Parts: sequence; C-alpha cells; structure tokens
Amino acid sequence: MRKLDYAGAIREATTQEMERDSRVFVYGIGVPTWSSIFGTTKGIPEKFGKERCFDTPISEDAMTGFGLGAAIRGLRPIHVHIRVDFMILATNQLINMVSNYTYSTGGKLKVPLVVRAVIGRGWGQGAQHSKALFSNFTHIPGLKVIAPTTPSDMKGMMIAAIRDDNPVICFEHRWLYWAEEDVPEEPYEIPLGVGRILRPGKDVTVVGLSWMNVEARLAADILAKRGVSVEIVDPRTLAPLDENLIVESVKRTGRCIIADCDWVDSGFSAELSARINEKCFGKLKAPVKRIGFAQTPAPTVRELENEFYPNAKTIVHAVEDMLGLEAANLDGEDFFSHERRFRGPF
Amino acid sequence: MKDEAIYRRLFRTALLIRLVEERIIELYPSDKIQSPVHLSIGQEAVAVGVCDGLKPDDLVFATYRSHGFYIAKGGSLDAMFAELYGRKGGVSGGKAGSMHLAAPEVGLMGSSAVVASTIPHAVGAALSFKRRGLSQIAVAVFGDGATEEGVYHESLNFAALMKVPVLFLCEDNGLAVHSHRPVRQSYRLAEHAASFGIASRRLEEGWDMLAIRQATLEAAAKVRAGEPFVLEIVTSRYKEHVGVGEDFHFNYRTSDGVDAWKRRDPLIVDQKLVATLRPDIEREIEAAVAFAEASPAPGRDELLADVI
Repeated sequence: MRKLDYAGAIREATTQEMERDSRVFVYGIGVPTWSSIFGTTKGIPEKFGKERCFDTPISEDAMTGFGLGAAIRGLRPIHVHIRVDFMILATNQLINMVSNYTYSTGGKLKVPLVVRAVIGRGWGQGAQHSKALFSNFTHIPGLKVIAPTTPSDMKGMMIAAIRDDNPVICFEHRWLYWAEEDVPEEPYEIPLGVGRILRPGKDVTVVGLSWMNVEARLAADILAKRGVSVEIVDPRTLAPLDENLIVESVKRTGRCIIADCDWVDSGFSAELSARINEKCFGKLKAPVKRIGFAQTPAPTVRELENEFYPNAKTIVHAVEDMLGLEAANLDGEDFFSHERRFRGPF
Repeated sequence: MKDEAIYRRLFRTALLIRLVEERIIELYPSDKIQSPVHLSIGQEAVAVGVCDGLKPDDLVFATYRSHGFYIAKGGSLDAMFAELYGRKGGVSGGKAGSMHLAAPEVGLMGSSAVVASTIPHAVGAALSFKRRGLSQIAVAVFGDGATEEGVYHESLNFAALMKVPVLFLCEDNGLAVHSHRPVRQSYRLAEHAASFGIASRRLEEGWDMLAIRQATLEAAAKVRAGEPFVLEIVTSRYKEHVGVGEDFHFNYRTSDGVDAWKRRDPLIVDQKLVATLRPDIEREIEAAVAFAEASPAPGRDELLADVI
C-alpha cells in the first residue's frame, strides 16, 4: 500500500467514481482552476473535460438547485464549496428543497447529490471563513451528513456518498488535507452511518468530530504517559448517527468528553450529549463534558484564535479534571499550528 | 388538426381545471382538504396552452399554484383529489398536498411553496437532457414576483452560459400575494433577459389558449435547438392568493381588472361549449372525489417512509 493524503483521497475517490460511472460530475466555484480546492480536484478537468468538471458563477443557491435538477434526471452531481460559510447561501435549496424532495414526491424522485463543504480554521481567517455548522444540517431530516477524519475513511466514505441515492453533505476540515496514511488504491466503500473506534481505551471516551480526532490522539498520547487510557470514537457519519457504537463505548468507560470543532451551544455536541445521557444514565461516573469553540464569532488575531479554538491541551485538561487528576505541565509538548502542517500518520 | 379541434381539446382541459377548482371551493368548508390551496381560476389558459405546446416527455417545474399544470400535463384526477384529501391513494401518498403537487410520471416535477425555488431545478434537468443527447426540454414556471428573487437572475445567467434547453415561463398576474408590481420591480423582464442574450416574448392575451399554445410551440422550438427562452404571459388571478374566496373586499385591488378579464375568458364567454362538455367532466370529478373519500389515511409507517 502507498501513502495518500486526505486531499488525495478525495481526488482519487472522485476520479475512480467518474471513471466507473459517466453520470458523475463535479462542479463549483473554482473547482477546475489551478487552485483545485486544496488539490482535491487536481487533474480531474484534464482527465474528464469541462463537461464533467466545471466552474460556476458565484451563485450558490441556483447552483444547488441546478444540482437537484440534474440529480433527479439521471446525473450524479458533486457540488463543492471552498468554505461552508459560502454554502449557507444555498440553505434555501438544501433545507427547503433537497432535504424534502424525495419525501414530498412520495419517494418517486431520489436526489443523489453530494455537497462538499470545506470547514475549519485557517490562518487569521476570522468570522466568515472558519465555521463548521454541523448541527445546522444534522438538524434537518432527509440529509445525510458526513465528516470523515482519516484519508482512508474519506476515500471509502466519499465513494459511498457518490453511490448513495440520497443527498449527502460532506464536511472536510482544511487542516486534514495534508494528513497522510496508507490508503488502498482500489475503489472501496465504507458504509455511511457506521462509526469507528480510532483508539481503544478504558478510562474515558473522547468522541471526536473531524479535526478534533487529531487533537484527541495527541491528547491520548500525552495522557498515556500518565497512565490514563483514552478511547477515541469517531462517528464519521453525523447523520444517520452510529449511536450504538458511542453508547457502548461510554458504557464501558463510564466517562465521556465530546470534542467538537464547532460552537458548543446547540451544536452537534449537544445532540451527542443528550443521547449519551438518555442511553448511559446509570453508567456515567461523571457528567458528560463538551469541548468546542468559545461562544463568540471566530476572531482573526492569533492571540484570540488561541483562546477561541480548543486543542489537545483542552482535551488533556478536561480528562484530568474528569478523573480528579492534577493538571500536568504541558510545556514540553508539541501542539499543532497552521505553520506546522499535520502530515499524520493516522 | 384544425384549430377548431385543437380549441375544443384545450377548452375541455381548461374547463376541467376550472370545475376541479370550483369543486375544491365547494368541498373546502367540509374541512376534508386540510391544507392551503392556491387556486389558478382565471389562469387556466396558461397551463393548458403551454402544456399542449410541449411534448409529453418535456418536464414542467412549477409552483404552489399548480393544479392547472398538474391536470394539463395529464396527472391522474383520482390521485390529485386523494392527495388534496391527504390519503394513501394520493399522487404522493398525501405528503405533498396542494402546494408540492408532483407527478413525475407525466412530467410534472416537484413544486415548491418557496417562490422561485424550482427555477434552477429546470436548468439542472435541462443540462441532463443536453448531456444525454435527449430532445426533451425543461420548463420553469413561476409568477412575476419570482423574478425578484436572486435565484431567477442566477438561473438565467447559468442557463445562458451552458446553453441548456430550458424555457422560463412567467405567469404574470401582476400580484405577489397582495403587492402590486410598481412597488416591487424597477426593471423590465425582457430587457433583463436580453442582457444575458436570452430572447423573450410577452404575450398580453393570456386568456387565448390557442395563442399561448402557438407561442409555446415557437418558443419550445428555439429551446429545443439549445437556446434558453423567456416567455411571459399576462394572466389574471380571480381568487384570493391562498384560500377559496375572493379578496376584493380587502380593498388592495378592485374587481375592475378581473371583470375586464372575465369578459374575454372563454370559459365564461363560451357557455354553449361549457354546457356541452360539463356533464362528462362533472362525472369525472365526482369519480375522483369518491376515490379520495374511499382512500385510507396514511399512518405512522407512511410518516417514516421515504425520508432518506
């Protein structure tokens, strides 16, 4: 097996599906240009031509409705937004049309549409380039929502998403694009709606969302040195949620920290916490703890960013607090920053 | 076929639409139709003339005011009444109701209660036709108010760039709910379309089914050749925006405009033909109502089906 990064996994999944199925096409603002959405569409316009990989006007709403129209008439569109903050211009189509189209037509018309949205922290990108907004979309029946963390998960889930007859929104944290690991070359599917235990452990469960799984791994390594065993669960698909995997993990450990790269208030972490409390009430040794953005708009300056975003340090201290341990001195530890691109491995 | 025979065919369908909606008005107080209805009485000629000018496999993407297009496209009357009744035998099993009426089996795709939202769907379907080398066209049906939405502008732009076979059909009744055009629009639709290189035509005689049919045939021929087209048809909404009554007593409009329109409305003027066709149509409608009455209500299984 060879190493492939997360952007390469998206590119390879898209390319392989476009080779297999002539109905698949990919489009969006800047998609076929040299910048190629962090490299995720690099080489695709050359290989498949502008009919199957094309740029669009800056018209997110119409372009989403256009995708719906193409999807109900035999094509399988992949619509890409270089920021989720731009995708919200398409919320009328996503929430009023795409999500209920199959339902309103009594199941007669399926909408096999994939919508990719880049999320997450950049470098001083501020209030309109840094969101995640998971729960805005998991709230809506009729949409599948995925947020793969690892390159191999991304490849298999992207292929599954393209083959799915339902609309699928795929959240991609931009810091993950450089993550590398062994990824099989042949096409394969990882079923949507199935989570994954990224790291087994016994003292506390950390449910990580997207990038926060990277932070959780680092936190788990640091905590392991102190004899604390952390289990990391990556739901991978947020809707439909693999609730059982999370519940069983929390029942085993009796403790749960949810690490999100989104706001905490009414965020996806609130949904997870509610379900864990409903299903694990008698087994919990401590209240569920949630970690996420500060409840402020995303700031621009680094000092405020450091206060705003949670990271491995936040997770380490949350675990210590939950276990009644003293806070460790983390001065010698190496944490991620944008300047030090994360390359893995997973 | 001679114009007379075509006229009779169009007239029959238009009368069917009107009598269906008049039956809805009668039924409404019984509370058997428990959702909003937006009646197209006064606008039937548009649906009938347009659909007759299309080929059967051309697709129509319409609005919450689509009883007329549903019938003109050939949707089942039984399934329509059952849908309005919210019954299992409804065209969408009772999940669409009046506002989301859809019958893809006859080319009426999902309609929307959010103004202008189906316009880009027609553009996407049209791209699919072009890519697959089909000769079908897609028709986006919307009211004059919908042209105020950004998505209308976005859709015209993209359709022109992609040169897809889409007909933009504006039913211009001059009203957006209770608001008149002068407070809503600072532009002229034809000039706006022309700025994208899209040809257009405005037909003032929106009561004239044959003229609408002919205009559609001509527009559809251009569209089928790969050029988007905007066809604007002036029409008149006799009833209130939503519901089964009239709305002149609210004094936001007078009945003068509607009265002038009624004096040209073939379904009112040509009472002889109405009398000839009416009994047969009424039997058809009563059979559909009986079908709806007998159709069972959906339950929890249906609630949970077809979500994902």
